[in-house]
Amino acid sequence: MSDRRIAFTIDGRKIEARAGQTVLEAAEEAGVYVPRLCWMKGLTPAGACRVCTVRVNGRPQSACTQPAAPGMIVENDTEELRELRRDVIDMLFVEGNHFCMFCEKSGACELQALAYRFGIAAPKYPFMFPRRELDASHPDIFIDRNRCILCGRCVRASQELDGKHVFDFVGRGRDKRIAVDAEAGLGDTDCAATDRAIDACPTGSLLRKRVGFAVPVGRREFDRQPIGSDIERPAAAE
Amino acid sequence: MSPESAAFVTGVCEALDNDPTRLLDILLEVEAQFGHVGGEVMDLIAETLKVPRVQVEGVVSFYAFLHSEPRGKVVIRLCNDVIDRLRGADRVAEALEDELGIHFGETTPDGLFSLEHASCIGMTDQSPAALVNDVVVPSLGSSKARRGIQVLKEKGDFDELQKLLIRDHGDGNNAHPLVRSAVRNNLRQPGAVIFGPKTKPGAALERALAMSPAEVIRELKTARLRGRGGAGFPTGMKWEFTRAAGGDERYLICNADEGEPGTFKDRVILTERPDLVFEGMTVGGYALGARQGILYLRGEYAYLRPLLEHVLEERRASGLLGHDIQGKPGFDFDIRIQMGAGAYICGEETALISSMEGKRGDPKTRPPFPAQEGYLGKPTSVNNVETLCCVARILEMGSGWFSSMGTPASTGTKLLSISGDCSRHGIYEVPFGITLREVLEMCFADEPFAVQIGGPSGQMVGMEAFDRKICFDDLATGGALMILGAGRNVVEIAAEQLRFFVHESCGYCTPCRVGNVLLLERLEQILAGNGEAADLDYLEQLARSVKTTSRCGLGQSSPRPVLSTLENFREEYEKLLIEPVDGQLASFDINTALGPAKALTGRDSVHFEQQGGER
Repeated sequence: MSDRRIAFTIDGRKIEARAGQTVLEAAEEAGVYVPRLCWMKGLTPAGACRVCTVRVNGRPQSACTQPAAPGMIVENDTEELRELRRDVIDMLFVEGNHFCMFCEKSGACELQALAYRFGIAAPKYPFMFPRRELDASHPDIFIDRNRCILCGRCVRASQELDGKHVFDFVGRGRDKRIAVDAEAGLGDTDCAATDRAIDACPTGSLLRKRVGFAVPVGRREFDRQPIGSDIERPAAAE
Repeated sequence: MSPESAAFVTGVCEALDNDPTRLLDILLEVEAQFGHVGGEVMDLIAETLKVPRVQVEGVVSFYAFLHSEPRGKVVIRLCNDVIDRLRGADRVAEALEDELGIHFGETTPDGLFSLEHASCIGMTDQSPAALVNDVVVPSLGSSKARRGIQVLKEKGDFDELQKLLIRDHGDGNNAHPLVRSAVRNNLRQPGAVIFGPKTKPGAALERALAMSPAEVIRELKTARLRGRGGAGFPTGMKWEFTRAAGGDERYLICNADEGEPGTFKDRVILTERPDLVFEGMTVGGYALGARQGILYLRGEYAYLRPLLEHVLEERRASGLLGHDIQGKPGFDFDIRIQMGAGAYICGEETALISSMEGKRGDPKTRPPFPAQEGYLGKPTSVNNVETLCCVARILEMGSGWFSSMGTPASTGTKLLSISGDCSRHGIYEVPFGITLREVLEMCFADEPFAVQIGGPSGQMVGMEAFDRKICFDDLATGGALMILGAGRNVVEIAAEQLRFFVHESCGYCTPCRVGNVLLLERLEQILAGNGEAADLDYLEQLARSVKTTSRCGLGQSSPRPVLSTLENFREEYEKLLIEPVDGQLASFDINTALGPAKALTGRDSVHFEQQGGER
């Protein structure tokens, strides 16, 4: 009882946060799932994908960067926000080249899993079909930028978890893309197959070579249950 | 890379203490020397500054004024914003392409000339305009463009570009030996605050130093001064937050990255009233307890830098900058100029700070706000050029004098940058509360059909809004007014503005990076005659998504050209729509769709004839 708890509500449900927690973290601890893509436990939040957009006292904010504050009224699972999140997910699909049926990450891909959770059968926006570069120069890892959603998780994980700086963004706007710390390609960097940055990729953009389909499709994480199911708990009886 | 080149690069780094936070300055100097920042040079800079190479590449690839590939000795950057195009920039572009035998984005085979487009360069009052390396060439017609190229080709010596291209200098300080530019001020109507009678440098500071910092801030609050960049946040409150943030280091930044298309007021202030800007900054330094002020000058205004540096020198010499300013013990303050490198997003205060820290110009996550953790993590106040001039004048003349002008909630005067379809383009200093109609009469807009207020991120209004007032509670604006006469195609203009946002989006967040491209795609379909009624709902819904979910002000306002034209000029869209035949998508053409497949297979489709797409 001695530590100061920050009380606020999400969709009317009372939540208590610890000092320093974001809305997303506090919600997660309380069993409320706020959909997210660019957020990953243990990494500095970026607020880049905008899937976790909530309304805080009426104002749109990314839940992953918004510090919890006493008395705030957060809207999360409303029709308006579900629609906005669907739009953002749609945008990510049409921006890249995502062919789930041929993708090694199918069933373990967070983008695909979100689309299923939100009931997206096909995006409502026109596909852009961009030309994106592959990089297979590394003996153990390849980059398929067709599937990259520019979430920056590999960028942050490499710095914050691996103590390296293998990945970063170059270009801006629609030309923004993931680059590696060498002119020639990933093979020229100090990236290792054991780097946690590789696991940080929510899609099939960063994959290890020679271990594809070790877990068969159909028995993967999101084949079993929708994304977020491990977080959601019914509100405790009051 | 030659040893001399390598020595130059390491020398530039060394001169800035190999400080990675000065990466932008280093890259700009290297670019100026070699015309680009190549792969080997990036390697060397990364090694010298002890930062990852990919970080250097990330910065080089972010800014329009930095290039990783070599370009011509002379780079012609033609401004292609809405107003320049309305006034014939496309004809100038054709003339340039014809004269040089290259397209935009290319360099002549002899490596002498490159053609590029530039977003608004702050010259819409004398458009079309171009930047030839650092030299501004305003009022550029197609014959003048041809002549200019011919002269440059004949002389073949580009060290004296300015002399070759500029015959007559503009008025006022544009003719100053340190500027020598053809730019004209077009100061049509000076007001009492900014362009009132020039006063002695130091007058405001003297008054400020007689007060305590808290009293200075109170004076601004009493004057009810609000930020002039467009958002209108109370300046006194911003300074109070910054001062209250604690710590012993704070920064004051003057945002002279005037990039909103159609805005050019800061250009004229910096040309004619640099002392007033620096005076306001110094008052700010005192009020905030900052020792360092930084003026972030957009790259397009590099031609003003020698003059500004000269004024700073003068102020140092007369004890208005430096140690114990004006004999006030312990009040130390100096100002440096940070050059920008061609990125509209850097006008957003946190992106501006990122850029000053040697990073990509990405906006930062808020909170923390700059007042808590800004430049280098220290409390920072970022203020508009015009706001800082107001600060100086309020201290000099008193808050009562200032708040007697304008309206109760919008005190003082506002500078308007007026361009487009009117006969007197230029700067007008008007009291807040003036109606749009009065402004239109002032600048002799004969047949105004629509006015774009506040640039592309503002709104487009029609005649029914002409009696509205320019002030924070009604038509709030950073000051850009683009007037569109009868016959202008507002849908085409909205598309042009979307092209600008697509080009200038930093790409950090999904809705701005992708959503703006999608908005533009649909506008182009409508303009191509393929639009249907359902497309208007699609646009409205998509625009709302981008507006609501974007991370910073750019994405939150980039859909406004679409939303405000749909709201105020829906009939202009409706004119362009067609009825779909048999429920078919008008934009779909079977032969176009089959094009790549036909090209690959080298034969026509069996089912769809080449002509007409008969089924």
